[in-house]
Amino acid sequence: MEAGRRGGFSGGKDQTWFRLVVMNTSPITRAVVIVNPNGLHARPAERLARTALDFESRIEIICRHERVDAKSILHLLTLGAVQGTELMIEAQGTDAEQAIEALATLVESGFIEESKPSERAAE
Amino acid sequence: MKFSDFICKDAIRTQLEADEKESVIRAMGKALVEAGKIRADNFESIVAAILKREELGSTGIGRGVAVPHTKHPAVDKLIGTVAISEEGVDFDSLDGEKVHLLFLLISPPDRPGDHLRALENISRQLRDDTFCRFLKQSNSPEDVWQLLEEGDSRQAVS
Repeated sequence: MEAGRRGGFSGGKDQTWFRLVVMNTSPITRAVVIVNPNGLHARPAERLARTALDFESRIEIICRHERVDAKSILHLLTLGAVQGTELMIEAQGTDAEQAIEALATLVESGFIEESKPSERAAE
Repeated sequence: MKFSDFICKDAIRTQLEADEKESVIRAMGKALVEAGKIRADNFESIVAAILKREELGSTGIGRGVAVPHTKHPAVDKLIGTVAISEEGVDFDSLDGEKVHLLFLLISPPDRPGDHLRALENISRQLRDDTFCRFLKQSNSPEDVWQLLEEGDSRQAVS
């Protein structure tokens, strides 16, 4: 164990440490589809970015070979994602799983757009 | 979609005196009336609709940029204008920054696709730091229009 000798750890400890780091740093992904009729316009982008900001993980959205920061409304709007567009959410960090869950739920709910007709009228 | 497809050159305003959200939106709406893009008798109703939209969540999208907008039957195609505030306007943006550059959009109720494409164009162009900074530093509507045209031709090349 080259690394173990250098760091002064025993081989076993070093391997445990290595596994934990891998668990925390490998990105996890989930595919979602934009379902709301108006697409990813300003307010959904704001909700998405606001939700992403609640998490420490690095979160990115991949769409048609483009990759943008999920925590930036400006970046999300560059996707021009209409209804039916598939997005890949990728999160990397200690709270990546919770982040993916929260963001996927938001997108799949149509950004709660459908359940609030009074708000839709003023869009 | 290009800036020249929806931005009304004659309604561009720089060195805005208005310094809070409502007065800035009113000044931009007034500019569209003066440019003949919206009728004066629709002005109040359009301003009210834009302000109502702001109540649902700020249209400050970060980097000192805001995109106040609404759907309104007073227009039959997407129209918009640009305003620059040197002082900055408090817009409750997610990143907490004051807004210096505003794109106001009014779209017909039945054209959500055009609105989305306009937002896509604006945000793609503004992702370029230099372009964004130059726009905010513009001192005259002519300067703004020139930058927008340059942005349009860059987009055509890429």
